[in-house]
Amino acid sequence: MVPTNYYLILSAILFGLGIVAFVFKRNIITIFMAIELMLNAVNLAFVAFSQALGKLDGQVFVLFVIVVAAAEAAVGLGIIILTARNRRSLNVERVDLLKL
Amino acid sequence: MTAPLIIFFVLATVAVLGAISLILQRHPIHSALSLIVVMVALAGLSLLLGAEFVAAVQIIVYGGAIMVLFIFVIMLLNAGEEERTNFSRLATFAGLPLAVALAGFIAAAIAHSSSNLPAAAQNGALSSTRALSMMLFSEFVYPFELTSFLILVAILGAVVLAQREN
Repeated sequence: MVPTNYYLILSAILFGLGIVAFVFKRNIITIFMAIELMLNAVNLAFVAFSQALGKLDGQVFVLFVIVVAAAEAAVGLGIIILTARNRRSLNVERVDLLKL
Repeated sequence: MTAPLIIFFVLATVAVLGAISLILQRHPIHSALSLIVVMVALAGLSLLLGAEFVAAVQIIVYGGAIMVLFIFVIMLLNAGEEERTNFSRLATFAGLPLAVALAGFIAAAIAHSSSNLPAAAQNGALSSTRALSMMLFSEFVYPFELTSFLILVAILGAVVLAQREN
């Protein structure tokens, strides 16, 4: 028997690593992957709670999160391709059109 | 140490190492491969929790579809090594400690608050795929239908974004 807390703490660690990657990486694609990592960490917490509480609601929500992640990936990668085409670079520091 | 606990620690170590590798690798394709390792490890953990349908969807949709899309875009744009640029001073000095502190706080809050939760069951008796599908198509049918609209909008958005304006 694995205590539910272990799963939740692993989920928190993965979420923290996702934040670190989101803040520190410079490549726009890698930043996008960091978002996927954070969504995965949250999915793990959902499944762990679903099992701990004996209800399936959490797993249904995981399916919804995965759908949202897929939609997000389609739109986000479209934006990335546009940005790369216009700026000739994948570095987020170069994407500063809205900066004063 | 029981067998599930050992499996949990092996998969957790693989997932955390994959996430650290995602941060440390400089080439986006290596980061993407690290992320696939994390996703497979998390699918294994879902399986350990008895959520076999979620594990299968995780492998097929995340590890398959979404990551193939990522790798496709990386190769399409011919993304090279990440350029080294100056971090902002705030990110250099405060970023890592703050992120570690956040993870620590969340973990401490979990360790405090939910210690009365029962240990996760190992058998998949609860979460048969049949029960999940019954729930998805009865109780959650409206959100489920809404997700199809979401995907439709995403497809339209991707098409609009991808077409070249003349």
